[in-house]
Amino acid sequence: MEAFTMGNYGAYVWTCFALTFAVLVYLDWSARARHRRVYRDIEVRIKALEERE
Amino acid sequence: MWKFFHRLASPPHFYRLAAIFAPWLMLPGLVLIAYGTIAGLFVAPEDYQQGDAFRIIYVHVPAAYLSMMAYMIMAVSGGIGLIWRIKLAHAVGAAAAPLGAAFTLLALLTGSIWGRPMWGTWWEWGDPRLTSELILLFLYFGYMALRSAIDDTLKADKACAVIALVGVVNVVIVHYSVEWWSSLHQGQTLLRKGGPAMDSAMLYPLLAMILGFTLVFGALLLRRVRTEVLYRERRTRWVRKMILAPQGGR
Repeated sequence: MEAFTMGNYGAYVWTCFALTFAVLVYLDWSARARHRRVYRDIEVRIKALEERE
Repeated sequence: MWKFFHRLASPPHFYRLAAIFAPWLMLPGLVLIAYGTIAGLFVAPEDYQQGDAFRIIYVHVPAAYLSMMAYMIMAVSGGIGLIWRIKLAHAVGAAAAPLGAAFTLLALLTGSIWGRPMWGTWWEWGDPRLTSELILLFLYFGYMALRSAIDDTLKADKACAVIALVGVVNVVIVHYSVEWWSSLHQGQTLLRKGGPAMDSAMLYPLLAMILGFTLVFGALLLRRVRTEVLYRERRTRWVRKMILAPQGGR
């Protein structure tokens, strides 16, 4: 239990770690999501051009 | 040597290499972060002055260090892009900016949360370290706003490279502010004369966190540069060929 209360600093310590991991997860997710979006947009445009040709 | 760099800077070659290297940076990075988190939270002894609140150092220091490193990457790549006109260099700068902004914001937030129990305040405007770090965040925002405001990619690259180079002055100020002026912020813990001012039980998890965060940052940067390259090269033959290939090129 003491490991979680952190000598009354638990709220500060855990908030910092939670914030950090949330930011890391968000950065990873947003990088993947942007890549998927850009790839899909280019794919749609190129395939449309191919069909027209 | 030059041939190697020239080949690396070729967009299709980089696009393929980045996909291979990103997981190899991400995986050991996450393992180091897991070790650093467990050892930092549950194994390292508490600080004799700050008690358990000092454990915030394990996320605050890597975030603060990356906030400056990302800016230096932006500045160096901007300089390379301006001098040698390497397209990939500008893509690196564009991809590093949001990562740098995120780590700067994280350093400010964790620093503020740490400051509340230690200094008795969330924020101190007169403090040079805090204020210069906030200016760093505004520099990132300015860089990203300028890039999105200019439609012509070449013009945006040049303008952003200049902003990145000028802003390096602030990175130097952030780093040395605790030595040059009196500050609430503690002095250098790791990069000081006579070695780090920490016991090894506290130091090793911190070093693991710094290395882990750097590797994860490297993986995220590679992924973002890869996307930036794909977007910038969307009208080229190699992208068309790659997308139309049966296996694709995700």
